[in-house]
Amino acid sequence: MLDRPAHIGETPDTFTGNRALDQEEPLLFEIGRPDATGVDLEDAPDVAPRLGGLERKEAIGLPGLTEPETMRHYVRLSRKNYSIDAGLYPLGSCTMKHNPRLNEKMARLEGFADIHPLQPQSTAQGALELLETLAHWLMTLTGMRAVALSPKAGAHGELCGMMAIKSAIVAKGEGATRNVVLIPQSAHGTNPATAALLGFSVRVVPAAEDGTVRAQAVREALGPDVAAIMLTNPNTCGLFEREIVEIAEAVHDAGAYFYCDGANFNAIAGVARPGDFGVDAMHINLHKTFSTPHGGGGPGAGPVVLSERLAPFAPIPFLRREGEKIELVEHASGTQSFGRMTAFHGQMGMFVRALAYMLAHGGDGVTQASKDAVLSANYVRASLRDVMTQPFGDRPCMHEVLFDDAWLKGTGVTTLDFAKAMIDEGYHPMTMYFPLVAHGAMLIEPTESESKASLDLFVATLRSLAKSAKDGDAQRFAQAPRYAPRRRVDETLAARKPVLRWRAA
Amino acid sequence: MRYHPLSETDRRDMLATIGVANVEALYADAPASTVLEEPLDLPRHKSEVEVERILSRLSARNMSAGRVPFFLGAGAYKHHVPASVDHLIQRSEFLTSYTPYQPEISQGTLQYLFEFQTQVALLTGMDVANASMYDGSTATAEAVLMAHRLTRRRKALLSGGLHPHYAEVVRTVSRLAEDDVVRMPPDILGAEDLIGKIDDSLSCVVVQTPDFFGNLRGLAAIGEACRKHGALLIAVFTEAVSLGLLASPGAMGADIVVGEGQSIGNALNFGGPYVGLFATRHDYVRQMPGRLAGESVDADGRRSYVLTLSTREQHIRRDKATSNICTNSGLCALAFTIHMTLLGEAGLRKLAKLNHANAVALAGMLEKLPKVDVLNKSFFNEFTVRVNGDAASLVEKMAAKGVLAGVPVSRLLPNAGLDDLLLVASTEINTHEDRAAFVAALEETL
Repeated sequence: MLDRPAHIGETPDTFTGNRALDQEEPLLFEIGRPDATGVDLEDAPDVAPRLGGLERKEAIGLPGLTEPETMRHYVRLSRKNYSIDAGLYPLGSCTMKHNPRLNEKMARLEGFADIHPLQPQSTAQGALELLETLAHWLMTLTGMRAVALSPKAGAHGELCGMMAIKSAIVAKGEGATRNVVLIPQSAHGTNPATAALLGFSVRVVPAAEDGTVRAQAVREALGPDVAAIMLTNPNTCGLFEREIVEIAEAVHDAGAYFYCDGANFNAIAGVARPGDFGVDAMHINLHKTFSTPHGGGGPGAGPVVLSERLAPFAPIPFLRREGEKIELVEHASGTQSFGRMTAFHGQMGMFVRALAYMLAHGGDGVTQASKDAVLSANYVRASLRDVMTQPFGDRPCMHEVLFDDAWLKGTGVTTLDFAKAMIDEGYHPMTMYFPLVAHGAMLIEPTESESKASLDLFVATLRSLAKSAKDGDAQRFAQAPRYAPRRRVDETLAARKPVLRWRAA
Repeated sequence: MRYHPLSETDRRDMLATIGVANVEALYADAPASTVLEEPLDLPRHKSEVEVERILSRLSARNMSAGRVPFFLGAGAYKHHVPASVDHLIQRSEFLTSYTPYQPEISQGTLQYLFEFQTQVALLTGMDVANASMYDGSTATAEAVLMAHRLTRRRKALLSGGLHPHYAEVVRTVSRLAEDDVVRMPPDILGAEDLIGKIDDSLSCVVVQTPDFFGNLRGLAAIGEACRKHGALLIAVFTEAVSLGLLASPGAMGADIVVGEGQSIGNALNFGGPYVGLFATRHDYVRQMPGRLAGESVDADGRRSYVLTLSTREQHIRRDKATSNICTNSGLCALAFTIHMTLLGEAGLRKLAKLNHANAVALAGMLEKLPKVDVLNKSFFNEFTVRVNGDAASLVEKMAAKGVLAGVPVSRLLPNAGLDDLLLVASTEINTHEDRAAFVAALEETL
């Protein structure tokens, strides 16, 4: 009889806690040793140290693993993750689509991966041309005047766009008076957080009964104190903001700016241009629209496109071409640029991946991708509309379809239970409880990279689960997930008694 | 268009199920004036071989670090990354997963983030670390904002040895948030008087070690002065390998430690993506920005990991959140943690010693040249030299000879009268031949 390791806990029906391919893996601190190492470095030559007496005296306490142990540790961990390569990942507003490996191969070309951000610009002209080409694609697709490449993620892009807006307002001498930002109820949480970070106060604009924002509601909220509106289009309910042009006009008439959250650009890329809506600034999540892999939470990249009137305030660095030579302008002096958002030039590795995707798709393929994403979402909507409920009625959606939990009323099954039951069926759940404007929201985004067979199986699975819920099999849902590497994890305990690192017992 | 699995027949069938004639009908909510009638002026789709050709040609126009004797640093360092690191981070389940919102099927990501947090806390000598930030510079700006929240003061003092880009990022955010920043003049010798500038108005003092010019800085006295005046000490590093050899910022009294983790596991990538490290004291954890993985149990009592303390974050607190950040550098953090695991304490110390020894050897060779002065008293793997002339044009000329010689200080600090200063870094990748080539090219050019 094996002694079960302490980290395994009570339940499993094997001696080890392993379940065939699903193997338990201790923390590296429990299996590593201070003297173990997986690298074979040459010995340092003897020199008189020049460390000014600041050497470390105590042990760090870092364990190491040999190379074979390291491989096994991380391979075992990897097998406890769901991924887009393993199955449909319908996270609304997060956009999990196929990640082509060509992108990875290109990003690892030595002329991109192995160049230093501060080597002479004359020795990195190919890299600068890549930035210029990417910028051209982004400006063409959005119909905008300029692009700031350096923001490192979508929320960083939001910050960049709002910094440009604040700078423009300050330049007009209205910095003290325009201190309010309008944000719809349904907005991403990053929008109000970004506005607050820059010292703006937030005024919430209610959504109409159909889930969109009305120009009239915006007009009522506008005033001489308003600096900008932050609006997502298509919005987080998966709907196109029908009155977007009137909203933009109203905002501009009031002397304010229109920040568009570009999180959902993948629904309209190649179909409609934000510049034509009257947008002044919009970030583009390269991983959502242009398929750079999200690596368990990052890195992302959040380039920001800017209108004519905001272009002068763009952050450094930016590109300037003179004949054959491309210059990266790294200092703000002599410009109206609001300054620097990050060290160096942004997420080069992500830019290579995004451009590889753009070139492989072409303008025609980007348009097709948007249309297929919208087609797939509507297909899911049409295939589930008789068993699930939509908060804003049955009407065409964009690249994601929003259901609520009205159809679960009286079953004893919650949105969370339903999502966890999807895990047992081999699916990553959809986005839950967001946007907040829908009760018990379930936001499904299948993307353009699912085959019809994949969508049909997904729909059939959800229909079976829906039937099971309505038939009163609440137990199935309460116990879910039953077959994942872990059963339901106690999030309350984790927050109440935070254990954020390993410590020696 | 090999990435699109739907066929024309599929599309027709799907449209029939939806009950619309064509996909354009699904865009009916978009004002007609905004829907494009003509395709945009962009190239058509290309085959895999064509894409490779285009990007390979662009790549070939850049001088890559591995091809030449290479001595650049200034916040980004070329180190050897073991092959298994890149192999492991490319596993589908790591590469193509999202934020671990569903812990039951994300234990892989959550456990490595928990391990990463522990490694960063140990290295920095702090109690807790988060699951990473965008990079060192944005982490520094977030640390300043955190100090403002903790002290309810809104004025930061930045050392003149802080990386100029980092200082600019802090200043940009602060200016637009209407906070105060005092930035000391460039401190080439690490001799500035910070303590004399510390008073009760400050929320924090930001000091880098090794600093931008390569000097090692003792922090204990600055930390003491900060405590006396109710300010926090924020310690910054741009070269994570240095932590293997040097006293930890935590041991020297730092309250928040931030830095760049690119050196461990991550390529140069022309400046990004990198991985910001962020650690602090236990008492401050609820004001820390960014994601956190924590330990818990599942319904069967088994040890499990989960994203936690998210009540600080934007998706719950919205305009009251600790920051607007809603991501981390997951994959770069994974590369860091795998490389760190391979190194272990023994490997990291050896790597750090090797870096230092190579830099000492190079400094020794440069000190013998009549037209070159090494300015630092102390350094880790990077130091500042004064050359007889303009460092930027020197670097250009040496590049033409096939040596990437260093970073001219004027690239980051123009118009500061520092045109004759060159930052030179040397890591474990540099051989004796590289150093000899460097010295020969330098002598020829000066």
